[in-house]
Amino acid sequence: MKQYIIRRLLLMIPVFIGISIITFALIHSTPGDPYIMMIDGNLNVEDREMMLREIGYYDSIPVKYIKWVSRAVRGDLGYSIRYREPVTDVMLRRIGNTLLLSFSALLISSIIAIPLGIISATKQYSIFDYIATVIALIGVSIPAFFFALGLIKTLAVDLKLFPISGIETIGVNLTGFKKVLDILHHMALPLIVLTFMQTASLMRYTRSAMLEVLQQDYIRTARAKGLPEKAVIYKHALRNAMISISTLITISLGYLLSGAVLTETVFVWPGMGTLLYQAVSNRDYPLITSGTLLIALCVLFANLLSDILYAVIDPRIRYD
Amino acid sequence: MDVIDKNNKTLDYTPLWRLSLNRFRRNKLAVLGTIVLIILIITAIFAPLIVQYDRDEQNLLKIYQKPSKAHILGTDELGRDVFTRLLYGGRVSLSVGLISTTISVVIGVVLGIIAGYYGKKADIIIMRIVDIFMCFPFFVIAITMAAILGPSIWNVMIITGVLGWTSICRMVRAEVMSIKEREFVEAAKALGLTNREIMFKHILPNTFAVIIVYATLGIANGILSEAGLSFLGLGVKQPQPSWGNMLAAAQNLQSLQHRWWLWIPSGLLVFITILSINFVGDGLRDALDPKLKQ
Repeated sequence: MKQYIIRRLLLMIPVFIGISIITFALIHSTPGDPYIMMIDGNLNVEDREMMLREIGYYDSIPVKYIKWVSRAVRGDLGYSIRYREPVTDVMLRRIGNTLLLSFSALLISSIIAIPLGIISATKQYSIFDYIATVIALIGVSIPAFFFALGLIKTLAVDLKLFPISGIETIGVNLTGFKKVLDILHHMALPLIVLTFMQTASLMRYTRSAMLEVLQQDYIRTARAKGLPEKAVIYKHALRNAMISISTLITISLGYLLSGAVLTETVFVWPGMGTLLYQAVSNRDYPLITSGTLLIALCVLFANLLSDILYAVIDPRIRYD
Repeated sequence: MDVIDKNNKTLDYTPLWRLSLNRFRRNKLAVLGTIVLIILIITAIFAPLIVQYDRDEQNLLKIYQKPSKAHILGTDELGRDVFTRLLYGGRVSLSVGLISTTISVVIGVVLGIIAGYYGKKADIIIMRIVDIFMCFPFFVIAITMAAILGPSIWNVMIITGVLGWTSICRMVRAEVMSIKEREFVEAAKALGLTNREIMFKHILPNTFAVIIVYATLGIANGILSEAGLSFLGLGVKQPQPSWGNMLAAAQNLQSLQHRWWLWIPSGLLVFITILSINFVGDGLRDALDPKLKQ
C-alpha cells in the first residue's frame, strides 16, 4: 500500500511538470505588454527598454520558464502586476473563500444526493424515480451562469431576499457572529447554484451505481437467504456502491475548485475563480500562472486521493 | 434481413441496429429530445425563410422594445429583432457544438486506439497527456487561450475541441484494451493484416457505440462552453449573434431586471438544447448497451 502511494506520487511529478510547461508557454504567448501599467509613463524609451530587459521581458520562453521554476521552488512566485504584492499573498486571501464555497457545496450535496439516489434506484421506474431523474437531468443541463442570473433576478433583485454579489456588506464593519451571518447571507445564492448542480450529478451517479450493484448475484443470494430488504440494500448493496460513490465525491472536489470560475464571476465572489478571470483580463501573468497551477495541483491531489481511497476501501484492487 | 440456415429455412433475424433503434424508440424522453433537436436544427438552417428581419438590421428608433406583434421577442439595444437573432444564434451555437466535438472525437479516438492497442510506452505517454489535460481548470485555460487567439467562433471551436478530448480517449482506450484480446483480432493478425488495418478497420467499428454516446454528450459540452466563453466576452463577438453573447445582455443590471426578453429566451434555448441532448445521450447509452437484452 505504501509503495502504491509512493508510486502514484512519483507519477504526479511528470504530469505536474507537463501542466506547468503548457500553462507557462500558453500564458507567455499572450500578446501585449503587461508591464505597461507598472512602468511610469514619463520614462524615456531607453530606460524603459532597460527596465524591461532587466526583469527578463525579452528572454525566450524556455529561459523565462527556467528562471521562474528556480524562483518558484524557493517559494517565490513573483509579484502580481495588478495588485503590486506577492502572488502568494493575493492567492492566500482568496483561496479560503473558494474552499469555503466548494466544501459547503460538496457537503450539502452529498447529504442530499446519496439518499435520493438510493431511493431512486430501489424504487426504479416509480413516480419518485421518474421525477428525481428528470430534476437531476435538469440540474446537469442548466448552464451555471444562466441559473445564477435567474436566481439574482428573482431572489436578489425582485424579492430582495439576498445581496446581488460580493461576500460581505461593503462599508459596514461587522464583527463576530454578525459577520458570519453576513457572509452566509452573501454565500447563499452561489452555494445554491453549485449545490444544485453537484447534487444532480452525484444523484445520477449514486442511482446508477446502486442499480448496477443491485443486479449482482450476491444481492440475489442475500435476498434468497431471507435477509430483510433493508439489510440487503443498506448493508450489502450500499457498502459496495459507496466504493465508486466516494471516489466520485473526491474527484468532484477538484472539479468544484476549477469549475466554479463562472459561478464565482457572476456573483463576484472573491475566490480563486473571480481572481483568475480578472487576472486574465488584466494580463497579470504571474498571477494567472500560479493560480492555474494551484488549481491544477488541487485537482491532481483530489484525483490521487480518490485513487488511494479506492484502493483502501476496495479489497479487490491490487496495488501493483 | 433474412438469414438462411443449414436446412435452408429462413430464420427471423433482427440486425443489431434495429434492436437498438427499437429500444431507443421506447424511451419517451429520448424521442422527445430528438424531436426538439430536429426542430432546433431546422429553424437554425432555415432561419432566413422564417424571419422577416435581417440579422443585423438596426432600428435606433425602436430600441429595447417590449415583445409585440411586430417583434415577437422585442428588440435589443440597437433595435435589432431578438427573435431573428436567436434563430441565427442557433446556427452559431449548434455548429460550435458539432465542430468542437468533431475535433475532440478525432483526437480522442486516435490517441485512445493507439494507447489501448499498443499499450506499454505509448499507453503510458498518452495517459500522462490525458492526466495533464484533465487537471487543467477548463475555463481558466479556455479564457487564456481565447485571449491569445482572439475572440471568434473558430477559436471557440478549437479551444473547446482541444480541451475536451480526454474522456472520449479514456473510454476508447478501455474498449480497445478489451477488444484486442478477442479472437477476431487474433485472426486478423494471423492473416497478416497490418496494425493500422486492424486498429482502424477491425477494432474501431466495435467502439462506435461508446464513441456515439460520448460524442453526443460532447456536443452538449461544446454548446455550454460557447455560451460560457461568449458570456464572458471571450467567445463569439457581436454583431454575429450566439446564444452565449446574447445572454451577456444580462450583465447590465437594468436589462437583467426589466428586459427579460433580452436574456431569458437565449438562456432557455441553451438549457433546452442541452437537456434534449442529455435525453438523447441517455437513450443512446441504454439502446447501444450490448449487455442489455431485448
